[in-house]
Amino acid sequence: MKGWHWDGFFEYLTNAYLLEGALITLGLTIFSMIFGLMLGFVIAVMRMSKYKFLSGPAYFYTWIFRGTPLLVQLIIIYTGLPQMGIKLSVLESTLIGLTLNEAAYLSEIVRAGIAAVPRGQVNAARAIGMTEFQVMRYVVAPQAFRIIIPPLGNSVNGVLKTTSIASIISMEELLRRTQVLIQEKFLVLELFVVAALYYLVMTTVWELVQRRIERRFGRAFEAQASEPASLGEQR
Amino acid sequence: MNTTAPMIEIAAVNKWYGAGFQVLKNCSLSVRRGEVVVVCGPSGSGKSTLIKCVNGLEPVNDGTIKVDGAAVTDPSTKLPSLRAKVGMVFQHFELFPHMNVLENLCIGQEKVLKRGASEARAKAQALLERVGMTAHSHKYPGQLSGGQQQRIAIARALAMDPIAMLFDEPTSALDPEMITEVLDVMVSLAQEGMTMMVVTHEMGFARKVADRVVFMDRGEIVEDTQKQRFFEDPQSDRAKLFLSKILSH
Repeated sequence: MKGWHWDGFFEYLTNAYLLEGALITLGLTIFSMIFGLMLGFVIAVMRMSKYKFLSGPAYFYTWIFRGTPLLVQLIIIYTGLPQMGIKLSVLESTLIGLTLNEAAYLSEIVRAGIAAVPRGQVNAARAIGMTEFQVMRYVVAPQAFRIIIPPLGNSVNGVLKTTSIASIISMEELLRRTQVLIQEKFLVLELFVVAALYYLVMTTVWELVQRRIERRFGRAFEAQASEPASLGEQR
Repeated sequence: MNTTAPMIEIAAVNKWYGAGFQVLKNCSLSVRRGEVVVVCGPSGSGKSTLIKCVNGLEPVNDGTIKVDGAAVTDPSTKLPSLRAKVGMVFQHFELFPHMNVLENLCIGQEKVLKRGASEARAKAQALLERVGMTAHSHKYPGQLSGGQQQRIAIARALAMDPIAMLFDEPTSALDPEMITEVLDVMVSLAQEGMTMMVVTHEMGFARKVADRVVFMDRGEIVEDTQKQRFFEDPQSDRAKLFLSKILSH
């Protein structure tokens, strides 16, 4: 193939420096999803409160963080805040930025999941004497979680790729390390195809993991009389 | 506690949905210990709303409701601990779909009453036997018929050792052939002396075990009489019309 160097390609495919970058990307994804989900849950519950002093700030939060680019948020956190004496490391800035941004989106997913649990379930849980916290913990949240697994999986997939934006503030994740390696041999195409493959492998593995999670949480519903909806007439 | 005092006492309760529609109009009703009171009436008469007010699932705008001397309508009353003492059975069963039958029967005992796992389990097994569902303890609600689910729902309420039971149209969502299996459980409960308030259209059940029948229409309690009198000599035209419609065949 003209202009394509297989030897360079294979060299980068097994490059430890790049592989480590992919693991850092994975770590950023995992932690920002976990923290984002926790914060997103709090925001969702606040947003659904009948009290304005809770729902107001929650709405304001999602409005700000969904309404501005992550890139801008990261630059403000890493480059802007030191001006006010708040100095954060690259890793701290990245994790905080990704978490705050993701929480805004996840709160909307969580809110939809909670709203989809039938009102009768809440009444039944209250009727056996559960406190509001117990109703959420044992009855609403588990059912809401099952409902939101598919959109949640979508978010994980999205964050895996979005972490690349942190390369702008010199976070040494997969993309940043790919860019660093250019200086070595200027095999831009080979190098970036390898990076793309790494991302593809990670999103594909996640897809398989997500399917397992869906099956696990769908257990109780599998044996139900009605078949799950599928499009297209069965013949 | 004074044993002659009513178990459930509803006094002059008014409730509005929004600003315009009044669902409950000056409703007063009391259920004594061990008494079985059937509440009937056309759809939209407010009977389901009234029974949900008894354990505070629906708030009232005006009036008082007391259960075993504790005022449900008093904002300082802790509703969860009051509700734990009053069992409730719903039209659509409302078993927790992500838990199997045994878990459905144990969750309230363990988390609300703080019973140990083995004690809760033993209680659950005994109740499953009572409602004839021992063979299904590890199934999920989605794998059971409506009648089976409702019997589990009754067992779930009984697992809390309630001092009274509320039934909100317990057989309305069931296929005809499953109604009897649920009513049989309710009849045996009534015969054991359980205090029961039952919203239902099952007049056969009312005839068999009710002490009193309450007839509601358009948010009002129109009649509150001994069952004999209700069936043989209803006083209001509205009750006569209602009975003629549901007993005509």
